[in-house]
Amino acid sequence: MTELSDQFEKAILSLDRVAARKLLQNVDDSPLPWSTIETVLSTTLEKIGRSWETGTLALAQVYMCGRICEELIDTLTSGAIAVERRNQPRMAIAVLEDYHFLGKRMVYSVLRASGFELLDYGHQDADGLIRRVKEDGIEIVLISTLMLPSALRVGDVKAKLDGTTKVLVGGAPFRFDERLWKEVGADAMGQSASDAISLVKGIIGGAL
Amino acid sequence: MTRETMTSLQRVLTALGHQEPDRVPFFLLVTMHGAKELGISIKEYFSKAENVAQGQLSLRAKYRHDCLSGCFYAAIEVEAWGAEVIYRDDGPPNAGPPFIRTPLDIANLEPPLVEESPCLVKVLRALEIMKVDVGDQAPIIGVVMSPFSLPVMQMGFDKYIELLYEQPELFWRLMRVNEEFCVRWANAQLTAGATAICYFDPLSSPTITPVEIYSKTGFEIARRTIARIKGPVATHLASGRCLPIVDSLAQTGTVAIGVSTLEGLAELKTACSGKLTIIGNLNGIEMHRWTARQTENYVKEAIAKAGPGGGFILSDNHGEIPWQVPDDVLMAISEAVHTWGRYPLNQAGIHG
Repeated sequence: MTELSDQFEKAILSLDRVAARKLLQNVDDSPLPWSTIETVLSTTLEKIGRSWETGTLALAQVYMCGRICEELIDTLTSGAIAVERRNQPRMAIAVLEDYHFLGKRMVYSVLRASGFELLDYGHQDADGLIRRVKEDGIEIVLISTLMLPSALRVGDVKAKLDGTTKVLVGGAPFRFDERLWKEVGADAMGQSASDAISLVKGIIGGAL
Repeated sequence: MTRETMTSLQRVLTALGHQEPDRVPFFLLVTMHGAKELGISIKEYFSKAENVAQGQLSLRAKYRHDCLSGCFYAAIEVEAWGAEVIYRDDGPPNAGPPFIRTPLDIANLEPPLVEESPCLVKVLRALEIMKVDVGDQAPIIGVVMSPFSLPVMQMGFDKYIELLYEQPELFWRLMRVNEEFCVRWANAQLTAGATAICYFDPLSSPTITPVEIYSKTGFEIARRTIARIKGPVATHLASGRCLPIVDSLAQTGTVAIGVSTLEGLAELKTACSGKLTIIGNLNGIEMHRWTARQTENYVKEAIAKAGPGGGFILSDNHGEIPWQVPDDVLMAISEAVHTWGRYPLNQAGIHG
């Protein structure tokens, strides 16, 4: 599995969609088992995310890799993944009060590439986000911010949601101030987009 | 306490010459705090050149820092291209939806004329007012977004990354258009009274763009653009890392680099020694809850690591201090620089 993941990482970092796809297929072009694909994609994206955190890879590479993985999972695993996704908590993602969508797009891609389904609320102000979360019965809401005032507004969102909705945050303010997510009352913070995978799994497993 | 013997401009020029001035120069890059000084909203503050000029002058008188800034808000450039700007009460105005909706829009794109863009004319007027007041006592910093970084607001970050990787012809067409605008905008600010230009280029940081792609794109674009700007240029990567590209940055013609808190000042100082002055790198996000003691310690630590030998201007790491940073913290930064930043540095004191 490690060798397959390494080859897959090399392929997507080279933006070689054809090679990446072949690695996830049997010789007859049928897809590998869903569990194998999920493991390869999530392992690779988490590794790429760590490389960005340490400065080895650039954000543009992380974004392109996430996008390729999302394309692959949509085309390779539509049947198997639908079954998996039915058993997941209801999740949604939004950009809170600013207009920079890259972080949200990356987390969305990474989670979908790892077999999760989630609603995309786009840009929301605090009241709009709270309303949507309550209406949709969301159990995990992921909030992306770029500006400090937007990050601080997470505190208003958290305060007005009932305690059963987990709030995961990410974005530049939280990366540059590691205490900020606690200050605003979030349940967890992701340093990179791929951290969302382990955080969501942690919630499902009862660790968060 | 030794009396200061230099003007702010002399102090900054000496530091840029990699010599020790009378004390460490410091730039408080406060774009919105002027509204607090004038007791008006951020939207009203940016509505008139006179407000911003008065705000900048008041803030410099209050905090005794070493520059004035002509920066209103980052989105002002795309406002000139026709984009919507969305104000908020507690932060900088944001660029609204991208005005390049498909890559094909790039084919017909033309840069706006500075003199026909009311928002840019307002900035030029603010620079003129500041120049009349300050003369040659302190540098006035004009600001441009680099041609390589502006598309994040023009077309959205995700679409721009895809353009960069997948549509090179349209990418280079956009760069040519943006370069023309950037050069015109920078030179107009210099004519209006700016002493130097801060070239904001976060996309060139290895945090965002792989070094091998930067060397073929952001680097070449910066080198061409900066060569046509008729004044000194400092580059700011807006919190992004720079260590892997320090040598390339120096070759673009820039004289200084805004550095990130993600990298150590001592390592940065060594890497930039004799080539680039470093500007930074107080953590502008954490700053909103610093105590006076913490503030003093962070300033002392920065001076200890980067102050010796000049080539250092103390500032925040992003190039814009958030509205939420209280006046007490800004004053504590000022007090600490004036206490611990005097040359020759009190090594025992700043390491204490």
